[in-house]
Amino acid sequence: MQKFTVHEGVAVPLDSANIDTDQIIPKQFLLAVSRKGFGKHLFHDWRYLDEAETQPNPDFNLNKPEYQGATILVARDNFGNGSSREHAPWALMDYGFKAVIAPSFAMIFNNNALGNGLLPLRLTEEEVDQLFNVLTEKPGTTIRISLEDMTVDCAGLHFTFTLDEFRRHCLLEGLDAISLTLMHDKEIRAYEASMPKWKTPEA
Amino acid sequence: MGKTLYEKVYDSHIVFQQEGELPTLFIDRHLVHEVTSPQAFSGLEAAGRKLRHPELTLATVDHDISTHEQTIDACGPMAQQQLRALLDNTRKFGVRLFGLGDPNQGIVHIIGPQTGFTLPGTTLVCGDSHTATHGAFGALAFGIGTSEVEHVMATQTLKQGRYKTMKIQCEGQLQKGCSAKDLILAIIGRLTTAGGTGYAVEFAGPAVRALSMEGRMTLSNMAIEFGATVGMIAPDETTFEYIKGRMLAPKNEDFEQAMAYWKTLKSDDDATFDAVVTIDASAIEPQVTWGTNPGQVCAVTGCVPVPDDIQDPVVAKSCRDALAYIDLKPGQPIAGTPVDYVFIGSCTNGRIEDFRAAAEILKGRKIAPSIQLALAVPGSMWVKEQAEREGLDKIFKDAGFEWRLPGCSMCLAMNDDRAPAGIRVASTSNRNFVGRQGKGSRTHLMSPATAAACAVKGCIADVRELLQ
Repeated sequence: MQKFTVHEGVAVPLDSANIDTDQIIPKQFLLAVSRKGFGKHLFHDWRYLDEAETQPNPDFNLNKPEYQGATILVARDNFGNGSSREHAPWALMDYGFKAVIAPSFAMIFNNNALGNGLLPLRLTEEEVDQLFNVLTEKPGTTIRISLEDMTVDCAGLHFTFTLDEFRRHCLLEGLDAISLTLMHDKEIRAYEASMPKWKTPEA
Repeated sequence: MGKTLYEKVYDSHIVFQQEGELPTLFIDRHLVHEVTSPQAFSGLEAAGRKLRHPELTLATVDHDISTHEQTIDACGPMAQQQLRALLDNTRKFGVRLFGLGDPNQGIVHIIGPQTGFTLPGTTLVCGDSHTATHGAFGALAFGIGTSEVEHVMATQTLKQGRYKTMKIQCEGQLQKGCSAKDLILAIIGRLTTAGGTGYAVEFAGPAVRALSMEGRMTLSNMAIEFGATVGMIAPDETTFEYIKGRMLAPKNEDFEQAMAYWKTLKSDDDATFDAVVTIDASAIEPQVTWGTNPGQVCAVTGCVPVPDDIQDPVVAKSCRDALAYIDLKPGQPIAGTPVDYVFIGSCTNGRIEDFRAAAEILKGRKIAPSIQLALAVPGSMWVKEQAEREGLDKIFKDAGFEWRLPGCSMCLAMNDDRAPAGIRVASTSNRNFVGRQGKGSRTHLMSPATAAACAVKGCIADVRELLQ
């Protein structure tokens, strides 16, 4: 997993609450068998005027020249709700996003993002409001996120945020969850040995 | 202090916990399907890892298969690639697969319970958010992403934080014409799509006790639609009766031993919940969604809200956007809205009882001439065959429905069962998101009986008017 320590990049605002994973990456793109290449289909229905993705929708923020190269997404409440598809964080990351800032995240999306090194960063509604004001008044403004200091800086605004300490450690070090767990093979074996027989499905 | 049902099952699965880390839980059951598993299997292979417990893993195909014919060739070219990958992967890693043509094939959340793979007191995961369904048995069941699928495959464990607890106490009894679907839609309407975020929910009370396992599964299934990944129901005699004798369920002494344990699986009288919500089930009317998330719902006798009357600007915008997409006017009655397609099926309402309830309305009636397509898609081969044994297929076909083969079908429209732009669908599925059933399509969520009533009337209708 890629490390996340400090990141500064252009932030793009998407002024909607409840952005669900069906909007982030529609179902027709879930038919792939690899983890790569989803970025070009990110927000497909909003981003393109046609199914073939040849006509970008000029009104969608990701297509506006001032937000090109954006690496931070700012949205409203309950980002990533709905389907558990991990293709959502894969698509966001493949596009180039390193972090999503919102007042709240759906739980499965939050886990999926953290497992892939995409930072779901929670600020209060008022703080997110202030970011929206800056990003719409001065499009192209960058945000600096420090996971080391747990701070967000943007055009003179300064916020702090929190994250589960273990999750933070894994992101800072880029640690792979499976290897970490397998270091506890002894404990897993002990648990397995204690399982009642009824838990094994009939052959 | 006493423990809640959730805490009992959670605590009994902690394998280890390092200081400053989340606990790691043992996972007793892992359900796998074609869409969210290929990247996990290839990750496992690339790292040279084994599947730790193939016998605790069960695979089926459902998300993108054809409902016309149970063959790989009948599916779309990209779907074929995923279906072949699952065939290869399950063979390579020794996983039991209920594949195309198998009498046990079906939607993952229907075949788990139906084969006795789903059991009370177990932890159960699947790369699908509707895994909450299995909570109806008193299992700690939740949806996970593909990296977590790979983690479970390699370690049979998952790092999992402890959620806050919420009890949803359903008092009274559902009235005639109302089902578990109406109850859960009313709950989601009350809590909104994020009201359960961060909570493990337990559904309790007389209205829940009175539900069959099928009804309870409908309830737990949609916990995710108000943000809760876990929606549990304490097991009781109804649960044990359902499980007894099923193919993969424990037998004889093992069953007795299991049942002795299962009987302890209920929240203690002195257990405390972080939140308690009380619902009067007897006051609920048949429910229909009017918007683009399942929380945007009202009684079939109700009216669409007026965005200008809503104080919160974010909620008002959400309402305005939804009405523009769904093409309804603020304040208009929801009943009488013309419907083009009807879809009865999905992991929410694709069980035998759902088809019985719809058939009761359809018997001796025809769908309205204005209905362009009416689909009945059983949730599993067993459901299909059972319905046919009861003659339900004939009632559906005589009424003008197409009687299809099992799969997720038009719930998420990953196969060719898709609604075109502008088409309004009366649907028994679980999500009315923008474009869910096809780009530009408009979804109204409802119960199977209400969907059947809409088919007969050609518009959103109150099923109670068609009951004898």
